[in-house]
Amino acid sequence: MREMTFTNAAREGLAEEMARDPSIFVVGEGIGARGGNFNTTTGLYELYGPERLRDTPISERGFTGLCTGAAMTGARPVVDFMFLDFLLDGMGELINQTAKIQYMSDGRIPMPIVFRGSIGIVGASATHHSGNYYPIFTHLPGFRVVVPTTPRDAKGLLKTAIRSDDPVFFLEHKALLNSKGPVPEEEYLIPFGQAEIRLAGRDATVVAIAAMVNRTLEACAELAGEGIAIEVIDPRTLAPLDIDTILESVHKTGRLLIVDEDFAPSGIGAEIAAQVMALAFDDLDAPVMRLNGLHTPTPYSPSLEAAVIPNTKRIMEVIRDLLAE
Amino acid sequence: MESTTVQALSDTPHATGSMPDKHSLLDLYRTMVVIRRTEEQLAKAYLSGLIHGACHTYIGEEAVATGICAHLRNDDAIFSTHRGHGHALAKGVTPGALMAELFGRVTGCSHGRGGSMHLFAPEVGLMGTSGIVGPSMLMAAGAGYSFKLLKTDRVAVAFFGDGAVNNGAFHEGINMASIWDLPVLFVCENNMYATEIPFANATRNTDVAARGAIYGLPGIAVDGNDVLAVWQAAANAVQRARAGQGPTLLECRTYRTRSHSEGMRDAGYRTREEVDEWRTRDPITSFRRQILAKRSVTDDELARIDAEVEELVTDALTFAQNSPWPDPATASDHIFSEK
Repeated sequence: MREMTFTNAAREGLAEEMARDPSIFVVGEGIGARGGNFNTTTGLYELYGPERLRDTPISERGFTGLCTGAAMTGARPVVDFMFLDFLLDGMGELINQTAKIQYMSDGRIPMPIVFRGSIGIVGASATHHSGNYYPIFTHLPGFRVVVPTTPRDAKGLLKTAIRSDDPVFFLEHKALLNSKGPVPEEEYLIPFGQAEIRLAGRDATVVAIAAMVNRTLEACAELAGEGIAIEVIDPRTLAPLDIDTILESVHKTGRLLIVDEDFAPSGIGAEIAAQVMALAFDDLDAPVMRLNGLHTPTPYSPSLEAAVIPNTKRIMEVIRDLLAE
Repeated sequence: MESTTVQALSDTPHATGSMPDKHSLLDLYRTMVVIRRTEEQLAKAYLSGLIHGACHTYIGEEAVATGICAHLRNDDAIFSTHRGHGHALAKGVTPGALMAELFGRVTGCSHGRGGSMHLFAPEVGLMGTSGIVGPSMLMAAGAGYSFKLLKTDRVAVAFFGDGAVNNGAFHEGINMASIWDLPVLFVCENNMYATEIPFANATRNTDVAARGAIYGLPGIAVDGNDVLAVWQAAANAVQRARAGQGPTLLECRTYRTRSHSEGMRDAGYRTREEVDEWRTRDPITSFRRQILAKRSVTDDELARIDAEVEELVTDALTFAQNSPWPDPATASDHIFSEK
């Protein structure tokens, strides 16, 4: 199978959808002729022009609300925030309008809109270009939240996001953007709410999110040398969350760890732990554990930055702790 | 308030736009009376406990929604405010569906999910009233973006008050609509108070229409209590929008004669004399006087409409009161699409 980067695979998905449906348009800062800070739209402006590849003023609140209105009236906007941190100016629109319109209209007004942006701590980006934020959106009724890890998933999930009539956050971890992987030539879509088992194992289950999937796989490769077999689950979408795949795995392993670069308090790991305890308490041989990034704004200096993210060594330690319980 | 851009007052010669024909004059009258009688009924219903939450009346401002919506089709979209009953009715929501909504019934225009501040009727182009000040301007700009992208001649209207014009949404929404020539009317209902804060305390320059020039779009101030002035200004703005010539900012200077919200004390921020002075400029009474004086319509014709509306509103009340409650089992339906 051909290999592509995460970014190129996602862009191919966007290009295919734009060719298929003329009601799709993209807005963002520098996503026109420039092709996007992260090459999310390279080459598309030449094909579709300024109305469908709309460079905006730096008005995040404004174009979040504008695209919400557009989604209510027949268009299918893709809002490219470049860095997800920039979306925070539009939170009022997102939470009070975008998320609530389908419900308040009792299902009469659809909300086909995609919010994409880079997330994650990498390369001394510091605190205004490093946030993850996804638990904020999974907390609220009305949003779909997608965190792809592989190029194949990035393309298939972005296509599903664009075809969805719901507001979808498509969150691209910066550490993954240039990673390569196999991507099918033929058209495919990946449904929401289907986790992928990235490594099969019997001793413990680790649910890892976004860039933490690859770190966890590295840790598990080392542990495999010691005869430890970990099952690694990539949820791929956090809302909806495929709890069934996690429960089946825990039924087999009896132990669960959630590895998440984002903060622990009120986070995804807390939600997964609560659901597993409620639904599979008898399957657990040990308390559910979490390994998270430090609960702090993101520092700049490489020595500080490295200290706030779970690394391979730390993941191995926590897995060993879990197995010792 | 002085503006260099005041134009289209109905008792001055009209440079552009024709006068409404007789049929349209009667329609304008009827719509204003429907709004007034429905809201008077709502105010009574509030006191008798039929309304469970807030009720912000539009009484005194009927000419604005009426004059604007007279030019709109069902497939044009409006985005409204917390004071949105008038917009809903003028756009085609029935008094029964409005009352039932405020009574929390399943036959309400939002099926009981919204109440006074969350009225939805997409089938007639009411894309939502809002409990938040500002978003209407952004969402209407977005509807305008859709309509242009999809190559239609539909237009979008944002209604908002003077309280919204110092909010960032005003700047961002109007700026984007202007640079992209979007088919949008930005209709500021300047009723001089943001709840209880006088507009003059919220901005140094109280001339909203003059702000149009800042963004490179026409800014027009009209007497918002004069339905013909509003009608004419809107005729030009809607025509411009449909023709792809871009957005217009309309400032309609008007006044709410009841309290901000039913049941709220209406004192301490404006004088009784001021309210009484504005009551003498009541949009319905003035319009009635004007069209009768010009012999455009007869007393009988207006009396017939009055009687018809009286009956409509009485029936609406009965309908709303007798409507069923929503099924509690549906409380979390339609958070997501069915697709």
